[in-house]
Amino acid sequence: MTAQLTLGPILFHWSAQDKLDFYARIADEAPVDIVYLGEVVCSKRTPFFEQHYPDVIERLERGGKRVVLSSLSDVTLKRERDMIAALCEIESHEIEINNTAGLLHRSGRAHRIGPLMNVYNECTMRYLAGKGATHFALPVELPRDVAARLATEAAALGAGIEVQVFGRASLALSARCYHARAHGRSKDNCQFVCEQDPDGMPLRTIAGQDFLVVNGVQTLSHSYVNLLGEIEDMQAMGIDHFRLVPHKLDMVAVAEIFADRIAGRIEASEAEAWLAALDIPAPFSNGFWHGIAGGRRVGALPA
Amino acid sequence: MHQVALPTAVLIIIKFERTPMAAILPETGIRRLLPPAPLFLLQPVLRRIVQHIAAGNPSLFNRLGPHRKARFVIDAQGLPFLLLLRPDPDNLLFRAYARDAEPEHDARIAGRFLDLLGLVDGGEDGDALFFSRDLDVTGNTEAVVCLRNALDDVDGSIAARVADLFGPVGRIALIAIRQAGSRAKADRRAA
Amino acid sequence: MMKRPELVCPAGTPAALRTAVDAGADAVYCGMQNATNARNFPGLNFTPEELQASVAYAHDAGTKVLLAVNTFPPAGKFELWRGAVDLGARLGVDAFIVADIGVAEYAARVHPGCRLHLSVQAAASSPEAIRYYCREFGVRRVVLPRILTVPEIRALAAEIPCEIETFIFGNHGLMIEGRCSLTNYVCGLSTNMDGVCSPAADVHYDRAADGSVATRLGAFTIDRFGPAEQAGYPTICKGRYLAPARDEAYYAFEEPVSLNLSALLPALIEAGVDAFKIEGRQRSRAYVRSVVSAFRQAIDQTLAGETPALADLIALTEGQKETEGAFKTKKWR
Repeated sequence: MTAQLTLGPILFHWSAQDKLDFYARIADEAPVDIVYLGEVVCSKRTPFFEQHYPDVIERLERGGKRVVLSSLSDVTLKRERDMIAALCEIESHEIEINNTAGLLHRSGRAHRIGPLMNVYNECTMRYLAGKGATHFALPVELPRDVAARLATEAAALGAGIEVQVFGRASLALSARCYHARAHGRSKDNCQFVCEQDPDGMPLRTIAGQDFLVVNGVQTLSHSYVNLLGEIEDMQAMGIDHFRLVPHKLDMVAVAEIFADRIAGRIEASEAEAWLAALDIPAPFSNGFWHGIAGGRRVGALPA
Repeated sequence: MHQVALPTAVLIIIKFERTPMAAILPETGIRRLLPPAPLFLLQPVLRRIVQHIAAGNPSLFNRLGPHRKARFVIDAQGLPFLLLLRPDPDNLLFRAYARDAEPEHDARIAGRFLDLLGLVDGGEDGDALFFSRDLDVTGNTEAVVCLRNALDDVDGSIAARVADLFGPVGRIALIAIRQAGSRAKADRRAA
Repeated sequence: MMKRPELVCPAGTPAALRTAVDAGADAVYCGMQNATNARNFPGLNFTPEELQASVAYAHDAGTKVLLAVNTFPPAGKFELWRGAVDLGARLGVDAFIVADIGVAEYAARVHPGCRLHLSVQAAASSPEAIRYYCREFGVRRVVLPRILTVPEIRALAAEIPCEIETFIFGNHGLMIEGRCSLTNYVCGLSTNMDGVCSPAADVHYDRAADGSVATRLGAFTIDRFGPAEQAGYPTICKGRYLAPARDEAYYAFEEPVSLNLSALLPALIEAGVDAFKIEGRQRSRAYVRSVVSAFRQAIDQTLAGETPALADLIALTEGQKETEGAFKTKKWR
């Protein structure tokens, strides 16, 4: 299979109009093969965009993109349980499951496994593949050697395998909304304050260091994962899907850089230079991939 | 193990000075009642204590793993000296140092004498002391956590074993110190 | 007639295990000295020989031993987890506490006679997620995350085919367990794969001249305590940070508090809880003795129809503060 560039679900709470504009541009201009759609982080946000999915799907498909529908990651309340059950009944599109509740409904029928599910080893992968999983997006913290073994296993199973190569790393999920908490509110009375921070609310340390960002119930890294320099190695080990996490920046440009690099049209050093030119207001990291502290960056190519 | 020696160390000093035990032990402010310590006289006693505990608990060293080589300074506030411990079974070290001659170390543990005693007497919880800021740890935190866990796996009370080493005098002293400890704790809670 | 719930107690060392057994635990839970369990801390846990002797000690007293094999083996290292499961089965432990699907599948297939408990690390917070593990691997008990209210637990009990275990005392965390890479982001060791959370080797306390102490994890300062301020665990989720909406550093995730549900025991039993779990394998024998004795007495009093005497355990709690957390209300969310 030729390598595929994918666009993960929008993790942050963008306005409906922003999302519509974003996907319109992605549909027309971005060289991505697959777009994951859906609210993964907070079930309270879903009503804002639900009615737009048919149009967005149609638009993306018209642009030649394959659309996969992503599930919620935390499923506790009745409405969340109903949402994931309904998603699992969809046959018109592939679905990506991010919570075990989905496995109860979908076992025996084809589905993808999202990066917020815990697939760490061949045994788990094999078991899930035996129950209908066709594709595995790996947890962001997996180091290279573990990913390589899983890529081998996925190939043997005939399953796709995907790694996040760009964007803030999801580090934790909670039952509590930290956005609401920062503003002295509770989750039930959050007034969707998370909409103020389309790339996450920054948390700095007492010593003034940039550290994390908060996105409702999710905590992400301040740094942006950037595996441009590792893509050649990843391709060699059989990883065939590369995920970009959407941010409020020129994602079409990001997609072009990664697409060119994946296709071998540009060298890693040139790709790095193009990405640096986007002036992303945070450092890059690739520590997880190299089995060290995730926030660190090693082997950066000279600019 | 370091803390192990404290009650006995106090005892020995007391013995040298012929201070009436009944008068001194229930006090928590030990420092002001203690004369300057004759450290050279303490060293053989400390060595005997640490060898006794080591001989009786070989599994303790397995738990310590690589941290056997670590050097711990124990600052029992109220005692006129510091203690240095290296819990290496092949090269055990347990010595007293003057407070103005702090030896090189990997980790430093500071707390009230009675709290530290409680830790090796099986009556205090290290985390609880830490939460209340009664225990202060600097340097190699992992070595300290490991030492704490290893000591906690020693059955019964290390303090009691040390006291036993010194016969009835030791046992009586430990009882008195324990009582002082409970009283001090009760006072702190009431405060 | 009230159902008699099991009191499940932590054992970080063989001595702590014997202390818990002697203090009246119905079951103790423990782990091996490696990455196969979520408290892979220095100086803690059991060698195979210690586990063997401990199982014998517990069983002589009629106490069950639950072996935590509740981390996620990374590809290439599955052998270590398989070894822990095989050893536990050979030594006759009463159940495995598992989180990984691969580990659950292995234990269920190779040791079908041994009970499986679903660890809180599996983050199963809905009836559907729990039923999945029951259906696929025959899980007999679920350890619930600390995010459900008593009415929610009651409703859940009616919808799942297995027993329910809830935490009643100890560390109070709201992060979804088994889904946290915060430690790995800072330290390069994974909570899921290595069983570590804020490894002590990366924790440093920097004392300032004014007596305040800064807690540093790796390269990041995660909190600072004034001279007389209570401290909490040095974990990222219990630290204080700066945010644009706040004038000063605040507990962005949670306050350092401990869970204490002693007052809710009757309600929890009535809601259908089968086992009460005390957190704290990293704690001392002194903690185990105090907390297990207090809850043994409180449960026995509850079953006898008496109002349980509230144990004074405040000194053992983080930040020396207690909460009933999520169990009473949803306002904390």
